[in-house]
Amino acid sequence: MSITILALASGLAGLGTYLILQRLLTRIIIGLGLISHGANLLIFYASASTGESPLIGGDDALADPLPQALVLTAIVITFAVTALLLALALRSYLLTGTDAVEDDREDRRIGGAE
Amino acid sequence: MTVLRESIILRRGLRVATAPLAVFSLYLLFAGHNRPGGGFAGGLVAGVAIALAWATEGEAGTRRLVAVRSTVLLGAGLAVALVTGFAGLVWGGAFLESAVWDLSLPLFGDVKLVSAIGFDIGVYLVVVGVATGLIRSLGAGSGEGPA
Amino acid sequence: MSWLLPAAVAVPLVGAALTLVVGRRLLPQRLIAGSSIAFLFGAAVTLLLAVEEGAPIVSQLGGWPAPAGISLVADRFSTFVLATSAGMLVAVFVYAIAQLGRDALDWWFHAKYLVLASGVALSLLTGDLFNLFVGFEVMLVASYVLLTVKTDRREIRATISYVVINLLASAFFLVLIAIVYGATGTLNLADLAGRVADLPTGVADAISLLMLAVFGIKAALFPLFMWLPDSYPTAPTPVTAIFAGLLTKVGMAIVIRTQTLLGPTDGPSTVLLWVAGATMVVGVLGAIAQNDIKRILSFHIVSQIGYMAMGLAFVTVAGVAASVLFLVNQVVVKTGLFLIAGIVEREQGTGALSRSGGMLQRRPVVAALFAPLALSIAGIPPFGGFVPKLGLVQAGLEADQGGIIAVSLAVSLLTLFSMTKIWSAAFWGDPVPEAGRAGPGMIGATALVVAAAIAVTFVAGPAMELSTSIATDLLSSDGYVSSVLEAAP
Repeated sequence: MSITILALASGLAGLGTYLILQRLLTRIIIGLGLISHGANLLIFYASASTGESPLIGGDDALADPLPQALVLTAIVITFAVTALLLALALRSYLLTGTDAVEDDREDRRIGGAE
Repeated sequence: MTVLRESIILRRGLRVATAPLAVFSLYLLFAGHNRPGGGFAGGLVAGVAIALAWATEGEAGTRRLVAVRSTVLLGAGLAVALVTGFAGLVWGGAFLESAVWDLSLPLFGDVKLVSAIGFDIGVYLVVVGVATGLIRSLGAGSGEGPA
Repeated sequence: MSWLLPAAVAVPLVGAALTLVVGRRLLPQRLIAGSSIAFLFGAAVTLLLAVEEGAPIVSQLGGWPAPAGISLVADRFSTFVLATSAGMLVAVFVYAIAQLGRDALDWWFHAKYLVLASGVALSLLTGDLFNLFVGFEVMLVASYVLLTVKTDRREIRATISYVVINLLASAFFLVLIAIVYGATGTLNLADLAGRVADLPTGVADAISLLMLAVFGIKAALFPLFMWLPDSYPTAPTPVTAIFAGLLTKVGMAIVIRTQTLLGPTDGPSTVLLWVAGATMVVGVLGAIAQNDIKRILSFHIVSQIGYMAMGLAFVTVAGVAASVLFLVNQVVVKTGLFLIAGIVEREQGTGALSRSGGMLQRRPVVAALFAPLALSIAGIPPFGGFVPKLGLVQAGLEADQGGIIAVSLAVSLLTLFSMTKIWSAAFWGDPVPEAGRAGPGMIGATALVVAAAIAVTFVAGPAMELSTSIATDLLSSDGYVSSVLEAAP
């Protein structure tokens, strides 16, 4: 079970890394989503314990409630930032007609390319 | 989106479903202390209703459900949540410390009321505000939604 | 007194909430925002005065005792940095009102600015690793939105790279949290300090390096600085000034806190020394290649961060003390320099050095404000930047690190060269056509910041004493740990 989670987490991180190296913003956003899912899975892999419901559970070992709270908070934050990035991508599309990330003109000028 | 807007089933269905969705979202809000739910989940259910209203009726639909500017909801929610936190300080406890009251109300029977509900209500308002704001601003810019 | 801790974080947020509720009415917005920021400043100064002589003040949120609950901790280090930062928030707020005026775009500005202030307070005061993540995110989300005020093509591009890099850093932060929690079973910094010592060396090293990478991205340490000079200059001046003065410095403050509390403390850190040297050199070389005032200054942010890492790398009281003083001095100097860059841009319509000139002739007061800051950042006596640099050199000599001292002195010379480049291009020469005029509000707010930067010289003795006691606290973390773990809820 835990090897599956670990493989899934690293797979997600790998796919995400591939995607954020792309030029198109939509792919970058999906890539970032995958990477943060991978990180969230890792929190579970590294620290979650299974057992009865915390605080109100029975006599057996209780589950640790903290990792799920951490993951939930992280998901909400990632959700908000992803929404912001999507809005930026939309804005970029409306301004330039494409959602590819542009070059930095100042950098190219100093590098002598322009 | 045009397909959704022309769907008579969705339009009439949503009219009927709005009230149950609202009740369900409020149920989640108040049930959240010990059972699944809470301000966040409740707010998301309300957000679904608002999104569906936008999809079928456009901007007029969201205005039918949420009459105020989304930023007002956002601000009010944030303020309510934080002021609840300060209440703990005022009554001599710590910031965000909560109190529990057991009440017997007519019709409801025994009710366990926790002051943390104020924080949950704040979260609920923030989530509804964010959902409304996102749908309105992104919808207005997409070219698909009605102006 | 401990109620001031949550209040310092929450009051700016309440202020942000209220500015949203009052809507587009500018005057109430300004009153609410101004009083919230002033409260934050007052609270930070009160806390600094309270902890300067005594033990750290701890507030346990929700009445849950540490390490189960979330603690907010005010010790000398966090309040010193917070008080300086809050002072800059006040000055830049005045400047922003004067510059943006009745600009229709800025009615969201106050809410974003207050959320940023709250994030800074939370990041500095928190005693919990996950809450630190939340504090950073609050600060960063506000900064993302602040960067997109104008939403033209250039800004969108710059913001996207900034957001993507920081989101990636956040994902690494989550990985760090997963490993720390898995290895120790706690996220409370004070509790961690005791448990990290018992970990196998491999795990402890991994945690220490991962922390350096995560917070190094926020602090713009080499090689993780490339996002900074790209994104900062495109924003409006008040935004860039507050980013330059606060964000990287908060990141660096967290690097100092976590490395002293959780990292290895048994000798000079070779990794940090190399990182520090490379950060200084690459930053200053980048600055020399640039031709736009704000871009030059942005590269200098990177370069100066290297000095703070240098003092930290010695892992001695003298070194860390110099780093802390350097950090606080930089908060003021960098904010001031960017405010002046904004005035120059306003007057000349551009920040490009090739199209500037004659500011000395036209606005001598601006030149008089720029000169002390430029000399301070280069470390010329008697200006404020000299004292911490001298401290760094002395600490380096004590620690027998001649190489890094040579590098740091060479970089100081290059910094001076780069500042004279701005001076000769923008302030000397024939005046270019006037594009606008900076009002008394902009000049006055800048003058306040410059006065604070100069004042450092006159209180150099007490400031160094305070930094030394801060460094002693940081390196022997017993006081911090016991006051957090034993604090009554």
